[in-house]
Amino acid sequence: MPPLVIDSQSPSIRKLSVKNKIDLYALTWRMPVIVWQLLFFVGPLLFMIAMSFFLVKNYRMQEAFEMKNWIKMTSRDYFWDAYWYTIGLATLSTVVTSLLAFPAAFGLAFKVSASVRRWAIFLLIIPFFTSYLVRTFSWYVILAESGVANALLGYLGLGPYKMLNTVFGSIVGYLTLTFPLVIILQTLSLANIDRSLLEAAQNLGAGRLRTIWSVTIPAAKTGLIIGAVFCFILSFGDFVAPYYLGGSKPPTLPILIIDTTKAGQQWPRAAVVAVVMMVTLMVVAYTAISIAYRKRR
Amino acid sequence: MTNHKKFTRRKFIKASTAVASAIAAPMILTSRKALAAPTEINMLGWYGTAEPDMVAEFEAAENVKFVPKYYAGGDNMLAALAQNPPGTFDLIHTDAEYARLLIESDLVDELDPSDYPMDDLMHEDFMNFPGHWNDGKLYSLITRYGHLGVSYNKDAITREEAMSYNVFWDEKLKGKVGHFDWHLPSLGEISLLNGNTSPGPFDISEDAWKAVQEKTLSLKPQVGGYFDFGGTFAGLKNAEMLAMVGIGDWVTGILERDGAPVSSVVPEEGGIQWTESYSIVSTSTKKDIVKKYLEYTISAPGQVKSAQMLGYPGFAVTNAGRAMLNEVDPKEAMRTGQVNGDANDPVALIKQGRIHYRDIPKQQSLEDWNDFWSEYKNA
Repeated sequence: MPPLVIDSQSPSIRKLSVKNKIDLYALTWRMPVIVWQLLFFVGPLLFMIAMSFFLVKNYRMQEAFEMKNWIKMTSRDYFWDAYWYTIGLATLSTVVTSLLAFPAAFGLAFKVSASVRRWAIFLLIIPFFTSYLVRTFSWYVILAESGVANALLGYLGLGPYKMLNTVFGSIVGYLTLTFPLVIILQTLSLANIDRSLLEAAQNLGAGRLRTIWSVTIPAAKTGLIIGAVFCFILSFGDFVAPYYLGGSKPPTLPILIIDTTKAGQQWPRAAVVAVVMMVTLMVVAYTAISIAYRKRR
Repeated sequence: MTNHKKFTRRKFIKASTAVASAIAAPMILTSRKALAAPTEINMLGWYGTAEPDMVAEFEAAENVKFVPKYYAGGDNMLAALAQNPPGTFDLIHTDAEYARLLIESDLVDELDPSDYPMDDLMHEDFMNFPGHWNDGKLYSLITRYGHLGVSYNKDAITREEAMSYNVFWDEKLKGKVGHFDWHLPSLGEISLLNGNTSPGPFDISEDAWKAVQEKTLSLKPQVGGYFDFGGTFAGLKNAEMLAMVGIGDWVTGILERDGAPVSSVVPEEGGIQWTESYSIVSTSTKKDIVKKYLEYTISAPGQVKSAQMLGYPGFAVTNAGRAMLNEVDPKEAMRTGQVNGDANDPVALIKQGRIHYRDIPKQQSLEDWNDFWSEYKNA
């Protein structure tokens, strides 16, 4: 067997060594993002993880490395009840929001002019100018048993229905938070589809629904999934909707965090809940993004 | 040749300055206090206690400015103290059960009872209130109190029905019973319903504590939600909640003043009293003016302001305060039963033994009660 000789002057080896060198120019442009992530994501996350091992004595946190908070929180049934309930509620919110947003986004992407689309997106951004808490409280007037919604239903001989302090109330709150954002993300994704694909599908005899199902949705898959992921993340971490419109019945994990800090200033135990939430969100986001960017075989 | 004395422009300016100074001097001297920068009093208190309706008069009279840091719940108050450097606060407004912890931690100054009208307090318990005194020394000055019981919508429930905590289990209130989201008052009320009146609803054996938990869990199907201040107000106002556990006139009073059909009663099983007081922080550098404010809060005008407080009403603790309230705001005095001889007179209720002072659990840890509260909310 002849000995293996590596020719360092060969073009392929030269190319490899250039690639392995640190590209300072590219790094310079990436630096702000890296610094930002370190300062505002990695740093606080590490501190939060460390804090989950701290102890509280006389309402003051003390540095320690104890498992007490983890054992305490994860051994309680109410923690796991809240965990699964929060996942269920956020999933329901994601499904409802994505389904309701799709027809609106489809219409904005394909049925209106570019100018109307721009105006619509601008109008969808406007709700973010006002406080989410104020918008949530305004639902009290509409959803109360003696409120506007039941009054209108009453004219049709329906109701009154209990809407506040229910899962329905929580979902309405989540929609208030996420609906405009999901429509915007879906619209941008759908509007960028190569129209020739849709025309080709129609030329090949596909009906409207078949075209949407087999061409439009797969082509816009990445944007649609990212919209859903944002919806899940925002719903999963939201305190306002399940507390004020869902009546904290039962509590979600963000409500449990508030409860934990209110009683005895147990920030380390709240950090345990927060770390579990972060890990869950990372798993969900990673899985969803993997699916979003997976190439068709 | 005559020697004319010329009245030059310079002389005119000199003369007018002198005249103006002479005229202005007394005013400047008398208003120096007003022109000086106001002294800031840093106060740690429940929301509303340092709002203009409470402190504006004192601020104007003494040239001070209140800088409040509001908290919700005694735990938050203790945390704010622990997390801020000494000297941050001059004055603390707190509940009696937490005032005790302030005293034990040497955070507040001893007060001289002779500086305050202790003899004019409306009930002998107020003169030696648990938590305000330690080893015969006064540390926290009682200023207001209120009672917790059954708060209800008058269109849905009669006063007679509301006179027992059992009303919360009434079939017609299914899904319409709300909880103020704090374990102490709610569990205290259930403890009273279970007959834990002696020594008190917060001093109960393990068996009694288990019974309280079981009784509380049985209320779950009736519960429509758990609310903070805002949610409680909104829930009662729009009739989403027809009865509330763990609150009293401090919430319904505000709504009632606005004409909402809500009210609060102390049921036959008894009610729970919240009691608020003021303490001077040991590290304060403005103790003289803070002491003056304490004197103001317990004076008749200060007591009237407290009873009328926009944030949440409280009962007057002195006879002079009650008398003045009846004089200047008889409607509010009548509404709250602060009229001598009234059947709902809060002082009479205490004398009848129907009121128990809110406290932290004696035989269980605060954590035990809080843990159960979380379990109950998830049940």
